[in-house]
Amino acid sequence: MSTCNPVLAIDNLSLEFPAYKSSVKALNGVSLHVNPGEIVGVVGESGSGKSVTAMLSMRLLPERSYRITSGSLSMLNRDMLSAPEKDLLKIRGRDAAMIFQEPMTALNPTRRIGRQMLDVIIHHQKISASAAHAKAIALLRDMHIASPEQVLESYPFELSGGMRQRVMIALAFSCEPQLLIADEPTTALDVTVQRQVLLLLREKARQKGTAILLITHDMALVSQFCDRVYVMYTGAVVEQGLTAEVMSNPRHPYTQGLLSGLPEMVEPGQPLMTIPGQVPNLSQLPTGCTFAERCTHAMPVCAKRPVLTAIHHDEQRKSACWLPQEELS
Amino acid sequence: MSVPLSATHGPQWREKLTYLAYQIRRSPLTMAGLLITLMVVAAMIFAPWLASHDPNALNLAERLAPPSSEHWFGTDEVGRDLFSRVLYGSQQSVGVGLFVAFASCFIGGLLGCFSGVIGGRFDSLTMRLMDIMLSVPSLVLIMALAAALGASLFNAMLAITLVRIPSYVRLARGQALGIRQMGYVKAAETFGAKRWHMVHWHVARNAMPPLLVQLSLDIGSAILMASALGFIGLGAQQPTAEWGAMVATGRNYILDNWWYSTFPGLAILITATGFNLLGDGVRDLLDPRQQGK
Amino acid sequence: MNSALIYPAIDTAPEILKLTDVRVRFSVSNDWLGRPRGYAHALNGIDLQVRAGETLGIVGESGCGKSTLAQLLMGLLKPTSGAVSWANGKNGEGSSNVQIVFQDPQSSLNPRLPIWRIITEPLYARGMRSSEQMRSIAAKVAAQVGIRPEYLDRFAHQFSGGQRQRIAIARALSSDPDIIVLDEPTSALDISVQAQILNLLAELQQARNLTYILISHNVSVVRHMADRVAVMYLGQIVELGSAAQVLEQPRHPYTRLLFEAVPRLGVPLLAEQVAAPTELPGNRNLPEGCFFFERCSLSRQDCGQPQVMRGGQHQQVRCHVQD
Repeated sequence: MSTCNPVLAIDNLSLEFPAYKSSVKALNGVSLHVNPGEIVGVVGESGSGKSVTAMLSMRLLPERSYRITSGSLSMLNRDMLSAPEKDLLKIRGRDAAMIFQEPMTALNPTRRIGRQMLDVIIHHQKISASAAHAKAIALLRDMHIASPEQVLESYPFELSGGMRQRVMIALAFSCEPQLLIADEPTTALDVTVQRQVLLLLREKARQKGTAILLITHDMALVSQFCDRVYVMYTGAVVEQGLTAEVMSNPRHPYTQGLLSGLPEMVEPGQPLMTIPGQVPNLSQLPTGCTFAERCTHAMPVCAKRPVLTAIHHDEQRKSACWLPQEELS
Repeated sequence: MSVPLSATHGPQWREKLTYLAYQIRRSPLTMAGLLITLMVVAAMIFAPWLASHDPNALNLAERLAPPSSEHWFGTDEVGRDLFSRVLYGSQQSVGVGLFVAFASCFIGGLLGCFSGVIGGRFDSLTMRLMDIMLSVPSLVLIMALAAALGASLFNAMLAITLVRIPSYVRLARGQALGIRQMGYVKAAETFGAKRWHMVHWHVARNAMPPLLVQLSLDIGSAILMASALGFIGLGAQQPTAEWGAMVATGRNYILDNWWYSTFPGLAILITATGFNLLGDGVRDLLDPRQQGK
Repeated sequence: MNSALIYPAIDTAPEILKLTDVRVRFSVSNDWLGRPRGYAHALNGIDLQVRAGETLGIVGESGCGKSTLAQLLMGLLKPTSGAVSWANGKNGEGSSNVQIVFQDPQSSLNPRLPIWRIITEPLYARGMRSSEQMRSIAAKVAAQVGIRPEYLDRFAHQFSGGQRQRIAIARALSSDPDIIVLDEPTSALDISVQAQILNLLAELQQARNLTYILISHNVSVVRHMADRVAVMYLGQIVELGSAAQVLEQPRHPYTRLLFEAVPRLGVPLLAEQVAAPTELPGNRNLPEGCFFFERCSLSRQDCGQPQVMRGGQHQQVRCHVQD
């Protein structure tokens, strides 16, 4: 898998938002990559930079509101940070698509679903209206929508949240992108609907060979859905690896804290493990390890910021912590 | 994206003031508006000390004198010093502007908040009444009211206030309807909060920013309206120095004595511009998207 | 699993609230004479008791009526039929102190009030006017939820999400309520903060013998907190019983479907049932028989008959197939 060119490669990327008298350092050296056809998860809490990473990958952050201070980001071997707006319009939707938490905001409320789907399909694929219509129906059918004709005739508000998200997924796949970025796609949905949407997403991706970058805060969801996972904290990856390994044998104290804080990890009624303190202010990050002040393993060397290092010489499995890896298990 | 603000320590006021100064420095137009406004307010307060002559002292020997070192803005048809009259005129015009804006904002804001909170028949009745008021051209309505109440600056002020109220009611009601959806209002409902509690603690406080913006933009237009009433003779009466009335009288002499209408007219122009620029600045400052940037 | 775990001693605690066949319907739209054209049936016959000191979990998906139930408990709605009776109510019904903690601490705290005012707002609404008295109560309650008393004059935006939820909890505590409704108390919070808040809620319950009604779609949070669980579907309770019993051995087909769909660490997603319907039937026209009939995998011909709650003290199910 690692021999072929990644569809998304982010290397040591740092980004800040200028603010009054200071700047918010949202990303501090993120490195991650997504290989073709792979499902990769990015987990983290608010302020971890996971959504900023996703938005920047599509260059969807408002221009001039941010400053890149180091690193590179390339999608399908194209440098996304310097690409002109004209190229971005071609990449978005055709080579890479994105779906969001609340599909209602991504759809125009005053136009029928069919009209909106046809617009996108015709714009990107240059096919006739009737061919586009047939294609839209096929796409919706693939999403196991029983009466696609009826859905095409509906306005967005007439559909349930789950149905809207299925329409968005159908639309995202309409140009057979190589990468789909999904930012909390099921957070607003009920669990039974969530499962259905995820299954549809995975089925479609596997079938078309599309890679998925899933941004979420839900550890359990990642463990069920993703091949590999990156754990982010204060704008940097602190741990990465195959999902099953990270979940069953977390190496970074932050990942350990996150997992052991889940209610399902203790007997009902027993106190939960907590990570003390709170996420540091992103405009006043410590120079050393950003997790040190909440970490039970903190030691003098943590005044220097640790870098992601391979565990047991496995390039897939990395952790950013000074502790000797044997002591962490 | 939301930026976690650090809990501020120490003197919060100084922090806020430096932040305000930083915001104003970034916008030269706000700065200009602030300067003009401060100048006008200073003129208003210090008129007795700044004026070179008694604004109402007749001097028939120097009727319609052009600007000179003695009379900076010249004199009028009965020899009164125009510079002094323009200075004193600021008290009338700016006073009216401030009173009208604050009074109509207070009354209209409160009415709008209650309308939004109470809802139902009270709300529809209030809003239909406001719609009717808004559907009559405002200058016509003001003229009718001012004429009915009798020509005086105070009556003109009341008339303008009354006419400005509906826009505040609509604005405040719109805000109130939005705020009613917020969690803290729902929470207050569960405590069994009374209406006054609801309006005073929750709705009025949070509806404030857009009202303040409207208020600061309104001062300029209220000054213009007061001047317009003075111009058509329904506002301040002789011998009170008032800009609109001065422009109106000066109109008779405009061909030979350009200074008479020009200086009070410039005063209106500059003052209204100043308050409007400041109002724009306030709007930018209170815009939630600007917060923390 | 021993029986002490399954049947906690809470069964013997006194009842403080009892709902009997509570129904709530809303008129959907009116014709020109103001007569309703149709009804949305939000609650369709709820029978429920709340006992002092327990945590009652209410689980269900959107549209199941759990938020209507919360509004009813808060006294914001009157039942269309049926009775809500309080054990310690002064005049029989409705006059009890129920407080609520909302999901989103961002919007549930007024940004323009200092937090001591926010915390004591329920007291103010009940007529307390002495600022000194309210401040001292605020300081005491704030300390209990882990907010330092010197922060009382700050505003909500100066706190993090977790701290804001602590303030919301302090507000719910300040008037010594009989019941606290927790409406998705941690779903807007980060995972590490969720654990802190859940621990705090458990500690407070022990220290002050609080009664919680925990409304959540997060089954693992309910499993962790609740003594008893009610599963709701289309305005009815379809399964009710001790948490251990219901969560470990769910019997209603809907409960099973719901619990299976919950993401679990390390349990892979299986691809069967992709096409199964996930939409709730509309609540305008209620089904004749079993409400779950259309989505049920066990449905039989005789499911056309109305379903009633069956079973013993520790687990009741609204399904005659499972009886």
